[in-house]
Amino acid sequence: MSKRINLWVIITGFVIGVAALALTAFGNPANMGFCIACFLRDIAGATKLHSASVVQYVRPEIIGLVLGSTILAVITGEFKPKAGSSPATRFIIGAFVMIGALVFLGCPLRMVIRMGGGDLNAFVGLGGFALGILIGIFFIKKGFTLKRNHPVTLTEGMAMPGLMIGLLVLLIAVPTVFAFSEEGPGSKHAPMLISLAIAIVVGALAQKSRICMVGGMRDAIMFKDFNLIAGFGAIFVTVLLGNIILGNFKGFSAYNQPIAHESWLWNLLGMALVGWGSVLLGGCPLRQLILAGEGNGDSAVTVLGMIVGAAFAHNFGLAGAASKLAEDGTYTAGGVATAGKIAVGIGFAVLLLISIVNILKKKTKEAAVI
Amino acid sequence: MIDARGLSCPMPVVMVQNEVKKSSPNELKVQVDSMVCVENITRFASSKKYDVVVEKKDGEFILTLKKQ
Repeated sequence: MSKRINLWVIITGFVIGVAALALTAFGNPANMGFCIACFLRDIAGATKLHSASVVQYVRPEIIGLVLGSTILAVITGEFKPKAGSSPATRFIIGAFVMIGALVFLGCPLRMVIRMGGGDLNAFVGLGGFALGILIGIFFIKKGFTLKRNHPVTLTEGMAMPGLMIGLLVLLIAVPTVFAFSEEGPGSKHAPMLISLAIAIVVGALAQKSRICMVGGMRDAIMFKDFNLIAGFGAIFVTVLLGNIILGNFKGFSAYNQPIAHESWLWNLLGMALVGWGSVLLGGCPLRQLILAGEGNGDSAVTVLGMIVGAAFAHNFGLAGAASKLAEDGTYTAGGVATAGKIAVGIGFAVLLLISIVNILKKKTKEAAVI
Repeated sequence: MIDARGLSCPMPVVMVQNEVKKSSPNELKVQVDSMVCVENITRFASSKKYDVVVEKKDGEFILTLKKQ
């Protein structure tokens, strides 16, 4: 494969890394400058789809990422309303990707940010993520497809950007309609306009560069194409060096990491579910937001599935619990409750079923080659 | 011609990869409907020593891959 790496991917990775460090410095939780899973989960809480009081906030980062993508896509003529590629299946995969991410406590983007913060649990997550991607690739090579999308109306394409504009208007005009955390991760956030502005820039860059956490590994394995994985690397290096420069880096350790737990098996399995599901979807949670911003209705449905998955994760106690070090020095190891373990198991079973039943018959596949 | 319109990543590249593996054609035409696919197929094609000419028509793209 061509060794040519698109410079925009490196620039985007660098900017995401700097933005993540800046957002944390401005008030976001540690190692959570960006986390698509956590932020969608916070939005699910703010809109009262779940009632976990510590994770409720309308994260402007999500709004900014989608709108940044929309703005650039409109300018460059890449905004194209399209949908119809197995939307209900995508919704379900999106929900399980979210459950896997919340068992691990982070989406693939936060996994890289946690790695750059020295969290060894995230490296275990990376192993699971890679495993999940390999499983997904296996089925793609067997002929898995969610079929084609088709051009649709402008209203369909504007569904997610419109939803984000609506959220933003409500957040500014009548914030009292939302639930906001008074303690816990949901209460920690950068000022709204700073989060929004940074995320618009990142959203536009992500649209331009096509950066995708799952796409990087998938393309490197399938095509020896190292373009997207360069962005993955750029985020890691930027966050790691940034943390060292800022004095946040305390070495690599699995113990007492911010909003993380040491249950290695469930860190691994949670991210394996994310990797597998994301390959089937054709992109990581960040990429789904960006595609939804470009007018892709299937990705919009996927994001809605993720929000519902997040609500399930907290309504049914599926999400991982973070380890805690109390002021008196008592350390409470976090982990995953039985319900969460069962949900991950169900997730694997559902992805297996979806992967098998969507393998295109060889005859039909050849018909696509005219 | 390979019709990869409406397919999400990485299916269009997989279809081109399969065709190149199967018959190693001197020329191959691929129809796609997004710039992402154009970029991905172009990167893949150049790694397999194919030159790529892109023709834009009604918001869609026809890529002509020719062996170098």
